[in-house]
Amino acid sequence: MADLTPSQTVGPYFAYALTPRDYGRVEFVTGNLVTPSTTGERIRIEGRVRDGDGAPVPDAMIEIWQADAEGRYAHPADERRPNSDFVGFGRAATGADGAFFFETIKPGPVPGPDGAAQAPHISVGVFARGVLKRLHTRLYFDGEAANAADPVLALVPAERRATLVARKAGEGRYTWDIVLQGEGETVFFEA
Amino acid sequence: MSLVYPREGLKAHPPYLHADYVGTLKRAPQKPLVIIPHTLSELTGPVYGHETVGADDADLTRQHAGEPLGERIIVSGRVLDEDGRPVPDTLIEIWQANAAGRYIHKVDQHDAPLDPNFTGAGRCVTDAEGRYRFVTVKPGAYPWRNHPNAWRPAHIHFSLFGHSFLSRLVTQMYFPGDPLFAYDPIFQSIPDPKARERLISRFDLDTTKPEWALGYRFDIVLRGRNATPMEA
Ligand SMILES: [Fe+3]
Repeated sequence: MADLTPSQTVGPYFAYALTPRDYGRVEFVTGNLVTPSTTGERIRIEGRVRDGDGAPVPDAMIEIWQADAEGRYAHPADERRPNSDFVGFGRAATGADGAFFFETIKPGPVPGPDGAAQAPHISVGVFARGVLKRLHTRLYFDGEAANAADPVLALVPAERRATLVARKAGEGRYTWDIVLQGEGETVFFEA
Repeated sequence: MSLVYPREGLKAHPPYLHADYVGTLKRAPQKPLVIIPHTLSELTGPVYGHETVGADDADLTRQHAGEPLGERIIVSGRVLDEDGRPVPDTLIEIWQANAAGRYIHKVDQHDAPLDPNFTGAGRCVTDAEGRYRFVTVKPGAYPWRNHPNAWRPAHIHFSLFGHSFLSRLVTQMYFPGDPLFAYDPIFQSIPDPKARERLISRFDLDTTKPEWALGYRFDIVLRGRNATPMEA
């Protein structure tokens, strides 16, 4: 039995280590998840991170984790695993205006708690100065019939579900903002 | 191997709102977290191994033409799960200020010198026993304007993945006996003093290399327990 190591903020100075393109260092993960062998519907997700004053958060890091277009995760716990080199993990820092984006594919439905499928979704982690432990949330897709039966969305108070749903903003484009606090606060999870 | 992720251990973490740390005031969620089950989305996570690590990534003193200034140190330890079992082949990323307390980050305006021979970023992958090892220089304390005369204790930032999305951890490692602990709201945001102490590395003579560098040991425990009861 071992006790957990507590979390601490990522602080304001992570970029040269975790998202170091501007510092000339090699990145092993970026906001572009698409590889030449990746199949599925290509999408671009654009959003902004805002604080309790509605001000942009320019020093946040967003990580996403998702299944491939068939709903398979590139991980040993998923026996079906993608048959391409799609990893399903992305990382992006926000800019001065709090904006971030990801280039990826729309994930397929993945198995839920009782074998019933979950609606297509992406797991999201938010790190920032002033955020003492990762914020965990999910991104769902507007206009997806399966959202109505999703077991995790069902746990979210109905009036707050919209904070988890990315809006279609054009062909292959979705917008999804993350509000850390206050009016329209994004739903965050404990898992 | 099948893991479960109990929630009891989560009380080791700081709350989102810690008023003494001013940065949390407008960034901490105000609504309650929604508790969700552990589906395949939570029980899986990115797997990154040795392909992500370059030859000098774990030695921060050899990334430039010359050696950085400051006190050379070795930081080593093990990554474990909540059963105390090693977490092998998992990526660790670190970053830190230089010996003068200055980050190369463009936003850092602290009036202390940059070191042309020090970037302050490293990566390594744990071995089969969950061990890792970095060579670096001891970071300096730095001011941060949270409150009058605010200084961060010397620390190294750590980022780890572990077995799944749920084991992901970003934290900071501190050095033993730092006089700034009592005044640092980030360190003090952890409610349980025993949990706080787990972030303090310990001086270790076995890690120390004669005539060369002091060694510090820092073990890290990530979420996850064996799904089947341990044998007696
Ligand atoms: Fe720092």
